[in-house]
Amino acid sequence: MKNIEFNKFYKIFNIISLGLIILSIFLLFLKGLNYGVDFKGGTLIEIRTDVNKADISNIRKIFSQMNLGDLKVKQFGEKNDFIVKFEKRNLNDPNFINDIKSNFEKSFTGNFDFRRVENVGPKVSQELLKAGVIAILLSLTAMLIYIWIRFEWQFSIGAILALFHDVLITLGIFSLFSLEINLSIVAAVLTIVGYSMNDTVVIYDRVRENLKKSDLKIFDITNISINETLSRTIITSATTLLALFSIFFLGGAILKGFSLAMILGVIFGTYSSIYIANPVLIYFKVNQKTVLKDKID
Amino acid sequence: MLYFSKLRIFSILIITLFFSGFTFLNFFDFDNNFFKKKINLGLDLQGGSYLLLQIDNNPVVTKNLQSKAIDFKNYFNKKKIKLKNIVVENQIIKFSVNNSNLDDVKKILDDDESEINPYFNQYKSHQYDFTVNNDIFLLKLSKHGLVLLKNSSLDQAIEIVRRRVDEIGTNEPNILKRGNDRILVELPGLDDPGRIKSLLGKTANLTFQFVTNDDEKTFGIEKLPLEEDDQELIVSKRIILSGENLVDAQPRMDTQSNQTVVTFNLDRLGAKKFAKATTSNVGKRLAIVLDGKIISAPRIQDSIIGGSGQITGNFTFQSATDLALLLRSGSLPAPLNILEERTVGPDLGQDSIDAGILSLIVGFTIVVLFMFIKYKFFGLIANITLIVNLFIIIGILTLFEATLTLPGIAGLILTVGMAVDANVLIFERIKEETKNEKNSIIAFDNGYTKSRTTILDSNITTLIAAIILFFLGSGPVKGFSVTLGVGILTTLFTVYFIARLFTAFYVIRNKDKESLI
Repeated sequence: MKNIEFNKFYKIFNIISLGLIILSIFLLFLKGLNYGVDFKGGTLIEIRTDVNKADISNIRKIFSQMNLGDLKVKQFGEKNDFIVKFEKRNLNDPNFINDIKSNFEKSFTGNFDFRRVENVGPKVSQELLKAGVIAILLSLTAMLIYIWIRFEWQFSIGAILALFHDVLITLGIFSLFSLEINLSIVAAVLTIVGYSMNDTVVIYDRVRENLKKSDLKIFDITNISINETLSRTIITSATTLLALFSIFFLGGAILKGFSLAMILGVIFGTYSSIYIANPVLIYFKVNQKTVLKDKID
Repeated sequence: MLYFSKLRIFSILIITLFFSGFTFLNFFDFDNNFFKKKINLGLDLQGGSYLLLQIDNNPVVTKNLQSKAIDFKNYFNKKKIKLKNIVVENQIIKFSVNNSNLDDVKKILDDDESEINPYFNQYKSHQYDFTVNNDIFLLKLSKHGLVLLKNSSLDQAIEIVRRRVDEIGTNEPNILKRGNDRILVELPGLDDPGRIKSLLGKTANLTFQFVTNDDEKTFGIEKLPLEEDDQELIVSKRIILSGENLVDAQPRMDTQSNQTVVTFNLDRLGAKKFAKATTSNVGKRLAIVLDGKIISAPRIQDSIIGGSGQITGNFTFQSATDLALLLRSGSLPAPLNILEERTVGPDLGQDSIDAGILSLIVGFTIVVLFMFIKYKFFGLIANITLIVNLFIIIGILTLFEATLTLPGIAGLILTVGMAVDANVLIFERIKEETKNEKNSIIAFDNGYTKSRTTILDSNITTLIAAIILFFLGSGPVKGFSVTLGVGILTTLFTVYFIARLFTAFYVIRNKDKESLI
């Protein structure tokens, strides 16, 4: 059997992870996240046009004349597709969007198709943000309890630290590149939580099994367990990533952020199962006695 | 783990055929209620508008308290108790009584059998809470009194919203209660919600009041603005007739004046009231007031006794049609505010479906090829399992007529990627077992047994995430949690029954060959 000495490097990788986590926390506090209209409120319009002259700066110029508050314009997918986001949201004015549209058609001759309009008021956006945060915290707690029931508390802490690691770094990357956080990113983060846990549990199950049948130290037991489950780890990550890349490249602009978050999550989730979840067991000096009182087989 | 009884094989076959069979209902049209089930496409895929509305209940509360204040006054009058200085301010009824009556009033308000302040046994609360300060009473709606009032105004509002939406005739609108003061309106296929927003944004409270110059003693006067310009007219507060008495309203072209008007018919009571008021006030101007603005104030030329009339104003045919529609559907108990609006055009929806299906096919093909190259024959088994799995997922979504959204399609693709995990765990475990165990059947059996807890543990964690997302997520995200959650359950079924069945057949037949996997 191939035997890679993963644990030889665990301290170095732990320091790197710690650095990345600190960096992510800094980014989250200093730079913050780029919330989309779901969480910040405001208006989003996706425009498709057959006017060749229309580009980001042209479109920005027209919108900025309308006093709509903080304004963002960017290309979205195809060359002639644009996303415009602004602060103002006259939800109760039924002509708000049509007025913008006619304003637009005055400036250019040609077709402007408003393919998607999202208009979120301040109350709802705050509620959605709250629900998103609660959902993530609740799922972390639920996982913590589940692992606690199925394993020992040391395993539970290891798994949760690994989850925090994956979620924080993924959010850190979103902050660094100012990628938009919307409802589907929350869904992605929750799936990352599920996936990372899945990966950790597979190795932990093997650690527990090996602890019961051998008297090696936890350092060697975790290393053996990682190796024994390695081909499964690689194959599952590979198939999941292949599916996700297919969404990323072919699933359209709307799913880009979602699939990117998932891709990052799968990569960090796989890494953290090996280099966060297992070293925690070493730090806690888990030994044969820890699992012997465990009644679940 | 490798033994299957005939009964078991039969049940697996039946279950598989039953659920996957529903997939095909999506491609055919049946008349039968049970067989015409289809997966619903979310608004992000079929295009349409989503509106979240909130009732502004303040006017409802104030109105309730105002009418209750009059009830209180009359009620205590009958009991020979005079309420003094009765006012409604800041949603509180305030009045004072003589010291001699103080205890009587308290007793009546606190009585569990009280007629004027009903007691709700199930909530252990009166409709109104009160405090006494010297001789001044302060009454406000209790927590449960407020909830009951809000619920009834929400029910009324939903009814009116439904009527207005139905009048416009969009296909299969979805109108749902959210909490105790919100209404969710989903309008598939509608790509310009402007008109519906303007219709839902109006309370449509119609009244007829006389224009007056002098102070009318009994009811008082108010200044109201005209619809067309900023001028104001003084009108009597007395309401001659309101929208409640209307039985029909239609836009018409008035052939004499060549103007668009709205004609209306009144019920019997309304016709009587209208006839009486117009007969004795010929020559006066009658203001037609909609939501606090005067549409027009024509002079009464003659008494109107037929129970029908017409509203003139500066109408276009569209605005006359809308006004008639609003009057027919009745007035909202309170104004509605739009909290959230999402509209997706039909072509974007189709683009999303195309992109979603393309990435599903590509993702699926890559995973299938990968598994075949890696595991050869057993890869084939995993792939067949995967295909059956997809059919069962879509079948179950069809059976429950679930809503498929774009993130939902993403959930399907993700399931494809993750579904092979269980098979991979088993195959890898079997590989390890065959190293120590020469007997293939025992090795395979051990592989299945020993990987079982791992597979359960790892899938339950993902299921937890999906369930939480289902309860806390909204709209498209909910669709994602549904496909992810259903996908996990079907994956466990297909891996443990279908893939294991195939594996068992193969292993038992080839038990003497070496290195099966």
